[in-house]
Amino acid sequence: MEKFLSHTGSALPLRRSNVDTDQIIPAVYLKRVTRSGFEDGLFAAWRSDPDFVLNKAEYSKASILVVGADFGTGSSREHAVWALQNYGFRVVISSRFADIFRGNSLKAGLLPVILPQADVEALWSAVEAEPTLEIKVDLQTRLVSYRNQVISFDLDDYTRWRLMEGLDDIGLTLRNIHEVENFEEKGAKFKPKTLPALP
Amino acid sequence: MGKTLAEKVWDDHLVRSADGEPDLLYVDLHLIHEVTSPQAFDGLRLAKRAVRRPDLTLATEDHNVPTLDIDKPIADPISRLQVDTLRKNCQEFGIRLHSLGDVEQGIVHVVGPQLGLTQPGMTIVCGDSHTSTHGAFGALAFGIGTSEVEHVLATQTLPLTRPKTMAISVEGELKPGVTSKDIILAIIAKVGTGGGQGHILEYRGSAITALSMEGRMTICNMSIEAGARAGLIAPDETTFAYLRDRPHAPKGQEWDRALAYWSALRSDSDARFDREITLDANQLSPFVTWGTNPGQGIALDGAIPNPEDFADPEEVSAAQRALVYMDLKAGTPMKSIKIDTVFLGSCTNGRIEDLRAAAQIIKGKKVAANTRMLVVPGSARVRLQAEEEGLDRLFLEAGAEWRSAGCSMCLGMNPDQLTPGERSASTSNRNFEGRQGKGGRTHLVSPLVAAATALRGTLSSPADL
Repeated sequence: MEKFLSHTGSALPLRRSNVDTDQIIPAVYLKRVTRSGFEDGLFAAWRSDPDFVLNKAEYSKASILVVGADFGTGSSREHAVWALQNYGFRVVISSRFADIFRGNSLKAGLLPVILPQADVEALWSAVEAEPTLEIKVDLQTRLVSYRNQVISFDLDDYTRWRLMEGLDDIGLTLRNIHEVENFEEKGAKFKPKTLPALP
Repeated sequence: MGKTLAEKVWDDHLVRSADGEPDLLYVDLHLIHEVTSPQAFDGLRLAKRAVRRPDLTLATEDHNVPTLDIDKPIADPISRLQVDTLRKNCQEFGIRLHSLGDVEQGIVHVVGPQLGLTQPGMTIVCGDSHTSTHGAFGALAFGIGTSEVEHVLATQTLPLTRPKTMAISVEGELKPGVTSKDIILAIIAKVGTGGGQGHILEYRGSAITALSMEGRMTICNMSIEAGARAGLIAPDETTFAYLRDRPHAPKGQEWDRALAYWSALRSDSDARFDREITLDANQLSPFVTWGTNPGQGIALDGAIPNPEDFADPEEVSAAQRALVYMDLKAGTPMKSIKIDTVFLGSCTNGRIEDLRAAAQIIKGKKVAANTRMLVVPGSARVRLQAEEEGLDRLFLEAGAEWRSAGCSMCLGMNPDQLTPGERSASTSNRNFEGRQGKGGRTHLVSPLVAAATALRGTLSSPADL
């Protein structure tokens, strides 16, 4: 995974709450077997509306999505994260994320930043007034800053370290694989196995 | 202090727990399907890693497979490639797969329990958010993304932060015509789509223990719609009776050992939950959604709420947007809403009891003119069982369509989709914008309401017939 230290860019203000995974990318776009090319499906239903914020030229360079509460509810599709990344987003800021979406983002290297709703609204207004406004999201200091505003955000030390080092989660677990082996040895015998298939 | 059921299952699966790290949890069963696995297998190949425990892994084809002409090649080339990719991956990595046409094929969350692979006290994961279904057996079961699918394939574990716990007690007795689907829709309306975030839900109380395993699965299935990754119910005699003699249930002495372990799987009386919620089952009536998220629900006897009446400004704007999308007006009685398509199926309500309940209502009657009804069994076994009982005839004679097993119109990934503006009453789990097809409008309902609605052409309960 690519290291994430800090990111500076402009933002896309999406004034909607409860943006579910079917809005981020509808199921018909999930048929690819690769991790790329999902940008076509990003917000597909809304994109046919020329007034939709993603279609506005002033936000065409945005790499930070600022969105309403409960972003990413619904499906476990990591394609939602890939669609945002494939389109060019590196950070999503919201006051509340759905658990699975947030987990998927942290695995895939899209940074979900939780800020209080009041700060999200202030950001919306600031970006709408100045679409090219430069926003810095610094993972080292866990700060979001723009103009003279500096807002801190929470992220546990372990996840932050993993993102900053760009570490492979599976590789980290494999370092402790003897503990998995020990666990398997003392496992209960009555637990089912899928093989062989039983009639 | 005692432990909750969720904490017991969690602790029994701890491979590693160290300060400053997430817990490393062992996974007893990993279910996979064609949509969320191809990139995970690619990752394994790139890193030259093997599947650690093929014998704890099971694959089925469900999300994008057609429900008609299943003996012919899949018409859509991109869908076909995805299904072929699963077949190749399962072959290469030695994973048991139930393909289209196989008697054990079906929706992954219907197949696991019916094979007896879903058992109390297990940890079960799948690249699908409705994995919470398996919590009905007292298993800790939750949906994961593709990166996590790859992690489980490679290590049979997942690093996870311990969630909080929430008790949802439903006491009392359900009135006739009120089902487990109505319970969970009412819970989601009360808790909200984000209310369960960061929590494992435990459903308890007399109205829950009175439910069959299938009814319990319907409830746990929609835990994710309340924002919770997992929801579970303590196993009891109903659970054990369901499991006994299933193909993969323990046999002989192993059954006795398992039963001893399973019987201790309940929250201790002095266990503390981070949050507790209660619901009165006696007060419940058939419940339906009016909006575009599963929390926007109301009693079928009610009318569409006025968005201005919500306290939270976010909810006001969400409700306003939902009514525009749904083409509905505040104050409209739910029962006056005309339905184009009724969908009976999905991992929420596509099991045999759901089909039986709906068939009893449909029996000898006709689906309303200008309404179509699609019946999609949750698995090939459910379909066979229904046919053995003659349920297919009842649906067909009423004018409904009888299909092969799969996720179908629940998520509109295969050809079973709503057209723009088309309105459905659906026994599935999500009424998101466009979920069942671009521009489609979804009302979530129970199988009983679905059947009554099909006959009348407007949202109805069996009592209206």
